Amino acid sequence: MAKVHVTTTVNDEPLEFLCEPYETMLDALRNQLALTGSKEGCASGDCGACSITLDDRLVCSCLMLAAEAEGHEIRTIEGMARGGRLHPLQEKFLEQAALQCGICTSGMLVASEALLRKNPNPSEEEVRFWLAGNLCRCTGYDKIVRAVLETATEIREAAQ
Amino acid sequence: MNIVVNNKWIGQRTIRPDGVDKVTGRAAFAADTAMPGMIWGKVLRSPHPHARIRSIDTSRAEALPGVKAVVTSRDIVDFPIEKSVMLGIQDMRWMCRNVMARDKALFPGHPVAAVAATTEAIAARACELIEVDYEVLPWSIEIDDAIKPDAPILHEFNKFEGKPSNIVGTLEHKKGDIEQGFKQADVVIERTFTTRPVHQGYIEPHACLISVAADGKTTIWSSSQGQFMVRAMTAYLTGIPQSDIRAIPAEIGGGFGGKTIVYLEPLATLLAKKSGRPVKMVMTREEVMRATGPTSGSKSTVKIGAKKDGTIVAAQGTFYLQAGAFPGSPIRGAAGCSFAPYDIPNVLSVGFDVCSNRSKVAAYRAPGAPIGAYAVECVLDEVAESLKMDPLDFRLKNAAKQGTKAAHGPVFPRIGYVETVEAARNHPHYSAPLGKLQGRGVASGFWFNAGGESSAQVNITEDGNVVVTTGHPDIGGSRAGIANVCAELLGIDYRRVSVIIGDTQTVGFSNLTGGSRVLFASAMVVTQATEKVINTLRERAAKIWEIDPEAVKWENGAAHPASPNAGQFEPLTLEDLAEKAPMQGGPIGAGVQLNTQGAEGGFGTHICDVEVDIELGIARVIRYTAVQDVGRAVHPGYVEGQLQGGVAQGIGWALNEEYIYRSDGKVDNPGFLDYRMPVCSDLPMIDTVLVEVPNPKHPQGVKGVGEVPLVPVMAAVANAIYRAVGKRFYALPMSPPKVLEGLETPPLQQAAE
Repeated sequence: MAKVHVTTTVNDEPLEFLCEPYETMLDALRNQLALTGSKEGCASGDCGACSITLDDRLVCSCLMLAAEAEGHEIRTIEGMARGGRLHPLQEKFLEQAALQCGICTSGMLVASEALLRKNPNPSEEEVRFWLAGNLCRCTGYDKIVRAVLETATEIREAAQ
Repeated sequence: MNIVVNNKWIGQRTIRPDGVDKVTGRAAFAADTAMPGMIWGKVLRSPHPHARIRSIDTSRAEALPGVKAVVTSRDIVDFPIEKSVMLGIQDMRWMCRNVMARDKALFPGHPVAAVAATTEAIAARACELIEVDYEVLPWSIEIDDAIKPDAPILHEFNKFEGKPSNIVGTLEHKKGDIEQGFKQADVVIERTFTTRPVHQGYIEPHACLISVAADGKTTIWSSSQGQFMVRAMTAYLTGIPQSDIRAIPAEIGGGFGGKTIVYLEPLATLLAKKSGRPVKMVMTREEVMRATGPTSGSKSTVKIGAKKDGTIVAAQGTFYLQAGAFPGSPIRGAAGCSFAPYDIPNVLSVGFDVCSNRSKVAAYRAPGAPIGAYAVECVLDEVAESLKMDPLDFRLKNAAKQGTKAAHGPVFPRIGYVETVEAARNHPHYSAPLGKLQGRGVASGFWFNAGGESSAQVNITEDGNVVVTTGHPDIGGSRAGIANVCAELLGIDYRRVSVIIGDTQTVGFSNLTGGSRVLFASAMVVTQATEKVINTLRERAAKIWEIDPEAVKWENGAAHPASPNAGQFEPLTLEDLAEKAPMQGGPIGAGVQLNTQGAEGGFGTHICDVEVDIELGIARVIRYTAVQDVGRAVHPGYVEGQLQGGVAQGIGWALNEEYIYRSDGKVDNPGFLDYRMPVCSDLPMIDTVLVEVPNPKHPQGVKGVGEVPLVPVMAAVANAIYRAVGKRFYALPMSPPKVLEGLETPPLQQAAE
């Protein structure tokens, strides 16, 4: 079967690639576009390590076909720091030791950023339920939840 | 050794050296690496729990366009089954059969062949074309089935009490006279417990990329808890000398003990050698669940006797642990650690290592200790209750302290167990009010901790900064701790210290990241290497000033005259001395290699509150406090993180996680949807109390911290559930259907015998 030609935008950069019709967005990102920050932990949408946004909607890239990126805007962990500056969530994760091995961190950050865009003032419970699709086996989530809540507070305060 | 007291960086929450890479997606884990000409490897696995392999025909697979190499057990170095060849705690005769089945397949998922092809899809298709002629054999998975007199035997040569048996090892710890001990008791309680196999659950599947040059020179990128283990095992199993294998530690996406052996590396090496192409192999989650880890399922019987005043006079434990396909379940941890927090005059603790037709057990965070502690700490709770004593007071009364002789051998040095119980008892959590259907449980735990071989090189760069190279994969932030230690000693900003994990051909031998040893051992070798560097720096300054090196002191990143008598000189900074190095004796650096000693055991005491929904059977942890003697928290953030992560894993083990087997012997839940690890919304915040009783045998007072936090958790949860609903559960997991079933049956006779 012929490969599919895809024209899309990834982290604000317009680009084109060829993929197999059955190829997932995660595989295309990792194997064709050399964007290996998104991780495969399960390939079944259970762990969230491959989280990206598709037109600002949080998705598991392992559950999306690469061909579906046609005409849409994709954002990955690689696009989170802008102009050489870390996003406040990235800074806070480092300050709070909210990562240990780091394999879930890309997905956690992408999901957290999507949450704060939607809900700048989440409760602890809202953070916990929003991140329930992102598995972390190292931290027990404590420091991750605190980092998200503190970042939200700081972003709100900075905006005032 | 002197304990460092005046600290600028030790104990600070510095930013980890690898942090920015990990929050931006730049960090290279094993599956993130690619090479020109790379092809993909896949494993064909046995569908049967137990089958003799009569023949394997790979010809159709080899003929498939795109297939570049096929390997079977014929390509793996054979270690005859009768003779043990040990590498650390692993026996190569089991390893060679675990990476690829030889005469028999012993569990569903056992590799029987591997293929490398130009795409993953072709490799998978080729696996389907391999014809394996199996003679299917009877099998057993559960301990009770595997130790029946007529059980199918996995390893026919093994004898127990003179007969072929699946009991492949025993271990006994004895102290005092157990019968006399129980005669002195006013209260004796004996209970039997079971636990299910649980997986380490690292989010990163096993992965490697391997290139073998025409002259045999081999480069391995892989995710493991020890690049030297990868090199040695791959060398043993492929016949390539260790000097020709460069094992590069990729960033590791979680291990918890499960990445202390090889699975893919020998296969990928042989495929790369045969094909002449770099080979990448990445397990699927299903392969991880079926063929790696988990830890043992278990059956334990524990009997404890105490006097009316609360003195424990005798304790007996019998622990049967599933080893899976090959010997090696962690009976040492179960039988050795469980009674260690207590000063008990008469102890008999026995472990049985039982083979059965599931994947070979791999280490999991304090291997065996949580299984034993679950049984012991639950029985202790019952004994305390029957004596009408507070469970923490009961533990305090019997607590091991300096001078206590543990049943597993050692006489304890200064330990911090009592401090953990006192801190728990005094914590506001312990006296906080509870609501309806809520209960509070406590439990303690012990883990041996390990020292062992470590190497480090500390080099001063030409611009006066520092590069530290060590040999331990960093799973949880150990590089941050190492940077703190080195910066502290040199008196410079920690950001000037770059910490690198070296590969096998560039740094000295370093044993596994395991046994809670990494910061203990690394800090020790890095301290000694840094002290050597400081001595060189003092000598250089002395030479420039033309005074005695003894008259030079190193302070705040610079050489100073030790006293006014030494003369008046402007300080020489690290940058100054680095700049002058070419004219003053050459490069500045030092390497140290040690077999580190003095990693004393660690203790923790936990408080857990649960709330039970009696209509749905859901037990939910609503508050948790973990107290631990951590020796010295070099980086408190990552020490707390170890405690919190261990607790979360224990809550999963207690409440949900289990391998469920189908009637055909296959795992029925080999994925994260059905093997349900705790998610963010399942857990509360996890409070930690770091008790610091410095280890006198370590320059910074460090003790291992990583494994202890899993040990007490299941008992703390079980004891809390009892307090909430008045019903004791003797089997894990206490998942909703089981809790519901338990609540519907009348309570057992709970009184003391």
